[in-house]
Amino acid sequence: MELAIYRRRRLTNGVVMTLAWVAALSGILILAVILATLFYEGFSGISLKIFTQITPPEGEDGGLLNAIVGSLIMTVLGTAIGTPIGILAGTYLAEFGRGTRLAMAVRFINDILLSAPSILIGLFIYDLMVTRMHHASAWAGSVALSMLVVPVVVRTTENMLQLVPDSLREAAAAIGSPRWVVIMKVAYRAARAGMITGVLLAVARITGETAPLVFTASNDQFMSTDMSQPMANLPVVIFNFANSAYPASRQLAWTAALLITLAVLALNIGARTLSTPTSKQS
Amino acid sequence: MNETSPSGAGIQTQKPRLGPRGGDAPGQALKEKLSVRDVSFFYGEAKALKNVTLPVYERKVTALIGPSGCGKSTLLRILNRMYDLYPKQRAEGEVLFDGNNVLDPKQDLNLLRARIGMVFQKPTPFPMSIYDNIAFGIRLYERLPKSEMDDRVESALKRAALWEEVRGKLNQSGLGLSGGQQQRLCIARTIAVRPEIVLLDEPTSALDPIATAKVEELIYQLKNDYTIVIVTHNMQQAARVADYTAFMYLGELVEFGETRQVFTKPTKSRTEDYITGRFG
Repeated sequence: MELAIYRRRRLTNGVVMTLAWVAALSGILILAVILATLFYEGFSGISLKIFTQITPPEGEDGGLLNAIVGSLIMTVLGTAIGTPIGILAGTYLAEFGRGTRLAMAVRFINDILLSAPSILIGLFIYDLMVTRMHHASAWAGSVALSMLVVPVVVRTTENMLQLVPDSLREAAAAIGSPRWVVIMKVAYRAARAGMITGVLLAVARITGETAPLVFTASNDQFMSTDMSQPMANLPVVIFNFANSAYPASRQLAWTAALLITLAVLALNIGARTLSTPTSKQS
Repeated sequence: MNETSPSGAGIQTQKPRLGPRGGDAPGQALKEKLSVRDVSFFYGEAKALKNVTLPVYERKVTALIGPSGCGKSTLLRILNRMYDLYPKQRAEGEVLFDGNNVLDPKQDLNLLRARIGMVFQKPTPFPMSIYDNIAFGIRLYERLPKSEMDDRVESALKRAALWEEVRGKLNQSGLGLSGGQQQRLCIARTIAVRPEIVLLDEPTSALDPIATAKVEELIYQLKNDYTIVIVTHNMQQAARVADYTAFMYLGELVEFGETRQVFTKPTKSRTEDYITGRFG
């Protein structure tokens, strides 16, 4: 036995292990610093009036009520538009288009959409809707957000359906189930947790998106639920106030950022809980 | 493979001897429930079955045996057109089922599969309750009041010898059962639809000996009402449960006959070699 070889291997192992630890720790450390700053700055601005008053003009005191409501409306609507399209397209890819050229093309384009800069989506919707309606609107904002939902849901739906073994599909077909029953009642059922996780992750993604909203939903000083008009939302409030000369406005931006982060955190925890095996059947 | 039979030419004969030779209960006429006629099968370009002709008799158990890759599962999957789920697979020839050709492109596959049920190698319970696993297939074609559905579920589970083990937990997930119980659940699910034929694709290969014995006992019970075709790797199993046995090799049907005859007096040397363990 050559101890030299063995010692060298141990040494290599030690070096690589140390590097891995350093990399992991620095990643976590950076994240911790960001979160700590956000919590420190954000929580000091949390008060009842954040949830009861609307956004003030720059420099004045106020709350975030209209931005919270606007973000909720557009996120829900964006998800409502994007999810069915995403699930149907993902179902096509996993169930019907296996190995076809069309499916390969769709999958490729979806991958591009998945990593496309979101400002591009914003510009596209700006050109498609805002210039034609001659002003920004909550509709345009929702549609822009939905375009970010689609690729995430397509990908997770396809992946989750691919994890459903064909033997299960065969078993359902073998008792005389038509194809739609096989998909809707057996494949979806088996992939359900993963598909819901995908939707939650998509919601988490659009919750903090600013670029698609700046040109489309724009902002609004007042409380508005009119979908055809500009609508306030948290990301654009951050965008407008973060560099403000007035401490009160900067404080609002921090608080808005904290609210978004907490929402994303909650969504991720929800998604994680659903996708862990313990919450699955038996 | 290079063995020659005493008669020499016997090996080359492609046509198997059809039909049983005596030994059946007197006065009981045999009806061909399925007639496989000159069927060939292709996976893309590869020919997996070569001109197979075979009868399947009503209310009898027919076993398909042979080494891995001989085409026995392929043949089974032709009988309910399971291969149709995959675009590159195709069959030629005809399979007559009460006079209709199963392979006819116009054949309604869902109705066909409701009449010809199938149980797979690995248990495939659906991700839902035990009750819903059974009711699933019934609901596809019948609308029953709750009490009647309960009866159907119960009788299917009883026939599959699973009722006593699951009666108190019908609302629990079918995935929580043991492998042997899951396989009996799948058999119950299949017969709940009231098919005429049940295809079994190595139904016990994933089960332990005790669960295997239960499933075999079940097959024995079921043949009173159903026509059964079983693919098995286990020759003792074929000898135990089957009335008729077909031996396949390299995509061809080598020999078909009554199980006793195939196992004790095979007419082809390749059958004898396989059965006595000289190859395969």
